[in-house]
Amino acid sequence: MKINPDKQHVYWNPYFAGFLMGIILLLTFYLTGRGLGASGAAKAIVTQTVHTVAPTHTENNTYYAEQFKGGKTPISNWLVFEVIGIVIGAFISGSLSGRAFFRVQHSPKITSRRRLWFALLGGALFGFGAQFAKGCTSGAALSGMAVLSLGGFIAMLSIFGGAYLFAYFFRKLWI
Amino acid sequence: MGPLIPDFISPEWNNIIAIVLGIAFGYVLESAGFSSSRKLVGVFYGYDFAVLRVFFTAAITASIGLLFMDYFGWVNMAALDGLPARVYPIIVGGIIMGLGFVTGGFCPGTCVTAIGIGKLDGYVFFGGIMIGVFVFSEMFPLLENFYNKSNLGDVSVPQYFNISPYWFMVGVSVIAIVAFYVTLQIRKRIKKVEY
Repeated sequence: MKINPDKQHVYWNPYFAGFLMGIILLLTFYLTGRGLGASGAAKAIVTQTVHTVAPTHTENNTYYAEQFKGGKTPISNWLVFEVIGIVIGAFISGSLSGRAFFRVQHSPKITSRRRLWFALLGGALFGFGAQFAKGCTSGAALSGMAVLSLGGFIAMLSIFGGAYLFAYFFRKLWI
Repeated sequence: MGPLIPDFISPEWNNIIAIVLGIAFGYVLESAGFSSSRKLVGVFYGYDFAVLRVFFTAAITASIGLLFMDYFGWVNMAALDGLPARVYPIIVGGIIMGLGFVTGGFCPGTCVTAIGIGKLDGYVFFGGIMIGVFVFSEMFPLLENFYNKSNLGDVSVPQYFNISPYWFMVGVSVIAIVAFYVTLQIRKRIKKVEY
């Protein structure tokens, strides 16, 4: 199939995408009683890995142990399956628009090595911060706001507030 | 009455439903351009406000829909999973996440869509998330006190301020529309960034 390269950077109208996303979130709550998320899958992978390497260690740490309560296995968490779905869905959408191929995306003013180091740092901060809030932008802020949770609104304000607070110092990474 | 699992749909379907909803979520996220870190951070530098538009539209659509379904008795909104309002931990965690956003360019959900279309920075970001989770989990005995602090429970904003949820949603929608308009004006004044 020939893909038109001009289509690569054409994205949906944001309000249309937001509306569809809202409907999906609504359906998620109606079907399962819970919201969407992402960072929880990383937590499940980490906990399962640590448990495989050092089972007594996970039993002694309340944060890990909580995820095994009632004979559960963290890796069979709902979010792990949902995140696998996100990868598939993104691949389908990206393939149809000619965006699915391996590369590092970065501003022309920085090297890809620099981009990757900052991606690692940003990921670590996000993963660390998400544990305090019990969720990330999708799990805490978006899903929380959908059910009008006070916690969800506080999460949204602090994530975006925090980002605006520090944005100036990292502008050279992006513009 | 919802949620349909476990009363109307057997819980065995839960993981399959998770994959299907994930595919839909991932498809929409990617189509909105959320697999591009440079598009995402545009919201913090004023050259692309897609994040704000998509995010607010999605949250408002879902909550207005849930309020209607609650009103018709199809779902009990108060019984759905909310986020327990542990005020200070959420604020501290949120600010750390914000710092992660402007350095890494993704949030966990969007980095997964970047993984789906082969962006190596997305893979590295996800590796970073796992490091962050690991460090937090290992430090948990030290952080436990703070983590459990100031928990107001799973309370909704209208409950907390004792206002009508319907008027609250009207307010949120008005704020969103004003924000959409103001950001449109800001973008017109800011130099375009090619990405």
